[in-house]
Amino acid sequence: MLNFNQQQIIETIKMIKIHHLDIRTTTLSLSLRDCCSTDTKTTANKIYDKILKYASNLVAFADEIENEYSIPIVNKRIALTPISLVAESCENVDYVYIAQMIDKAAKEVGVDFVGGFSALVDKGFTKGDLRFFEQIPEALASTNKLCSSVNLGTSKAGVNMDAVLKTAEVIKKTAELTKDNDSIGAAKFVCFCNAVTDNPFMAGAFCGVNEAECALNIGVSGPGVVSSAIEELDKTADFGEVANLIKKMAFKITTAGELIGRKLAKKLDVPFGVIDLSLAPTPLRGDSVAEIFKAMGLEQAGAHGTTMALAMLNDAVKKGGIMASSYVGGLSGAFIPVSEDAGMIEAANLGSLTIDKLEAMTSVCSVGLDMIAIPGDTPNSTIAGIIADEMAIGMINKKTTAVRIIPVIGKTIGQSAEFGGLLGSAPIMKVNPYSSEVFVNRGGRIPAPLHSLNN
Amino acid sequence: MNEVDTNQIIITVTGKDKVGIVSAVSNALASNKVNIEDIKQTIMQDNFVMIMLCNIEKMEVSFKEFKDNILKLSQELGMEIWVQKKDIFDRMHTI
Repeated sequence: MLNFNQQQIIETIKMIKIHHLDIRTTTLSLSLRDCCSTDTKTTANKIYDKILKYASNLVAFADEIENEYSIPIVNKRIALTPISLVAESCENVDYVYIAQMIDKAAKEVGVDFVGGFSALVDKGFTKGDLRFFEQIPEALASTNKLCSSVNLGTSKAGVNMDAVLKTAEVIKKTAELTKDNDSIGAAKFVCFCNAVTDNPFMAGAFCGVNEAECALNIGVSGPGVVSSAIEELDKTADFGEVANLIKKMAFKITTAGELIGRKLAKKLDVPFGVIDLSLAPTPLRGDSVAEIFKAMGLEQAGAHGTTMALAMLNDAVKKGGIMASSYVGGLSGAFIPVSEDAGMIEAANLGSLTIDKLEAMTSVCSVGLDMIAIPGDTPNSTIAGIIADEMAIGMINKKTTAVRIIPVIGKTIGQSAEFGGLLGSAPIMKVNPYSSEVFVNRGGRIPAPLHSLNN
Repeated sequence: MNEVDTNQIIITVTGKDKVGIVSAVSNALASNKVNIEDIKQTIMQDNFVMIMLCNIEKMEVSFKEFKDNILKLSQELGMEIWVQKKDIFDRMHTI
């Protein structure tokens, strides 16, 4: 038997060096169910101590493994039990204080982001949830590493439209409080339909109430690996061949992620959770999902045919990933954030990609409307309408959908917002000018949908 | 998952061919007590490519220190050198 295969070694190095194969995130999921108390400060201190106890070595150990395999581990993160649940029993709870203590702990252990400043209100609000919603904007504006998410609907429960409108208000207020930085606060907040409990990606990562004490979840990425492989295919190769190639690439990416994840989990002495194989782009050239559409033969992302290209891509990625690991979870599929993807930004600037087309694409992508900048003067009711549409797609199609939208205060069409780092930059996109005011103010719940008579 | 021999590493050296590459890399490995188990060399698109399978079982320094030494050597030689644990290749390319 050969000791090693030269071609495979060269291919792996190329994937890492040229096509940006990376471990996008190692996310430590941490249950805070033992941090409840009747006092805000006590709860905050318990959370702080628990983060330090479990995550102190996360960054150092991840760096060590990155060095051993020469594969970049881009982000180290923590996902917590939804804080709305953990802190609800505190008297006159001050969620902002808790947010700041979590942020302090995140800085102390050196992680990039911490998620779980979250609430699950798909069927209704508790008193604590209402108070929590009110305090999200200030919590996001007064922290750096904290991410917040809310679940507004499920296929089983329907959609909480009161929460949809409140969420639009949260987004707008957060944008206003962070207007000096192109409203970046709103980029750290996402709302879901059918939120998943083991997702390692931000802003939506949290540790679900059904999850273990702690686990290490891995998010692996490599859109460049897939687009370059498709580019090398003959232009006449049929879709069977294209799909097969995507599966093979997804398999390779997932096995690399699983290996790194298991090594790190062992070193940290925590159980390995799931691997989330998501083609998550970065603003770097050659690390773009839009470029995969181009490689498939579309002139630009957004051209007619894009939804089909994305549907096939998303499905093939999952099939390849499933074969590579027994514990594929999270959001696995293809992300289509606008600001984080050079090809998407180009398509949006050219007018090829619109919010309406993106909405259609979210019916087959892994999540939803992501990192889209809109004019700062967009009414709350219009934002609520955008969210409601997205929740509808998730609820009816039994998939996770999300909205991470940034009303950039003081900016409008023709300008762009700069978020920096992995968040990139986004052209301000046009929204429908007609009003959703009366519709979204009806409130109440959209009844749970029928799960038969599917047509 | 079965544990494989994690003491095996792959060293990949690429760049313009010149006199003394093998000797320089081998010396660096020997001085760090790293054993060479197999070597393959080839020319790919006018580039010299050497892949070495090594064992770090008897290495007396930390992996990081060893890798830093090799990366320093790569700068001196003007060659690109990758040092990676071998199991990543075994996993990624085998079902």
